[in-house]
Amino acid sequence: MKPAPFKYIAARSLDQALALKADYGDEGHFLAGGQSLVPTLNFRLTQPAIVIDINPLTQWAAIDCTAAGAVRIGALTRYRQIERDSNIALKLPLIHEALPHIAHPQIRNRGTLGGNLANADPASEMPAIVLALAGKLHAQSKNGDRWIAAADFFTGALSTALEPDEMLTEIELPAAKAHSGSSFMEVARRRGDFALVGIACTVELDADDRCVEARIAFCNAGETPVLAAEAGQSLAGRPVAAPEIEAAAALVQRAIDPGGNVHASKEFQRHLAGVLTKRALPEANARARAAA
Amino acid sequence: MSTDSDADINVDLHEITVTVNGTAYRRTVESRTLLSDFLRHDLLLAGTHVGCEHGVCGACTVIVDGVAARSCLMLAAQADGQTITTVEGLAPDREHLHPLQEAMRDCHGLQCGYCTPGILMTMTAFLDENAAPDERQIREALSGNLCRCTGYQHIVDAMMLAAERLRS
Repeated sequence: MKPAPFKYIAARSLDQALALKADYGDEGHFLAGGQSLVPTLNFRLTQPAIVIDINPLTQWAAIDCTAAGAVRIGALTRYRQIERDSNIALKLPLIHEALPHIAHPQIRNRGTLGGNLANADPASEMPAIVLALAGKLHAQSKNGDRWIAAADFFTGALSTALEPDEMLTEIELPAAKAHSGSSFMEVARRRGDFALVGIACTVELDADDRCVEARIAFCNAGETPVLAAEAGQSLAGRPVAAPEIEAAAALVQRAIDPGGNVHASKEFQRHLAGVLTKRALPEANARARAAA
Repeated sequence: MSTDSDADINVDLHEITVTVNGTAYRRTVESRTLLSDFLRHDLLLAGTHVGCEHGVCGACTVIVDGVAARSCLMLAAQADGQTITTVEGLAPDREHLHPLQEAMRDCHGLQCGYCTPGILMTMTAFLDENAAPDERQIREALSGNLCRCTGYQHIVDAMMLAAERLRS
């Protein structure tokens, strides 16, 4: 046996799952896709008293595009399903573009959006994307529910604003606007590896192709996913052209605080963030110009 | 060896029913039993190999309800009610190989063979959905399975050949 002993319950209802989480608090872990939790169980880095399997709660494994201007994705929705959804390709092209970069097909077959976000690995792609898109996350507990802005959700490495009795149930993301474009890029040693640094950015243009809003976020560039807010704001009201992009890249390098690791020093990560900014912003801009 | 502290552990057991390679099994498993260990130790289907046991190497890949998944990242208890195919379920009988196995043999797609069951299961699920893949798609599909012997080229060749044979 690799994991330490724990009690396992396959939740039959959300109420049951939330009641158990309220009882056990930090000693209880939700099991969604299991692609991050089970390795930590196998290494005994996590030794919960109880594992609450939410896989039976299939109502949270759905993509809802019925609301105007927003897409709601149930926390239990697997990457595989998001990757193949034609509405996502259309309304959330940033996510569609990023998905093939996330691990490998077998991992995407099981891994869920909610599980990934609640795990809050700063090196992971989705936290940076949800931050770039200014998404909202819906948390429920036995005692109520609340929406948390992505900017407030990620509080540290593997740490979130979720209370010990809360479960992330849904993610709401604004659909791509007309005359906007996005780009996702990362540098990894091999396809599917964790990124040394990754960028997720969106650019919205006005009728004169001047930037209305740009949002630039990074994965593996700090303790949390990092939004380079100043860099984005520096583009507002201006064309997204070479001098503006150069200036934004310099602001990006100041905004991030990469930790460095065996594969890339801090300095190299900072360098990569600048390079990625100079590649991704022109691409997002070109896509925005091409969009009607 | 039993100690006092072992005796204090409250073993959490679950009865599960799971269909593996067409046979329904009912077994009692401990919560913390991984699906990979359940297949190997309880069902004695040792064709599913375990390498890294944390989701990196892909050796333990099986097909769960039609999709390839790492059996070291699932609990056996989660497989209750599900249908699983392992490498033992590929060949139609003792005399014949599955077309993917045949192609792996013809193209020298394996050397030590440790990663082979996982590769076969990954690619079986892949070819079920992609009858006419190009080489890039095959390499992408294979990306989650590590092989330290072949350098992958012969595996890619085998998959191209298997896809072609399956189409005709």
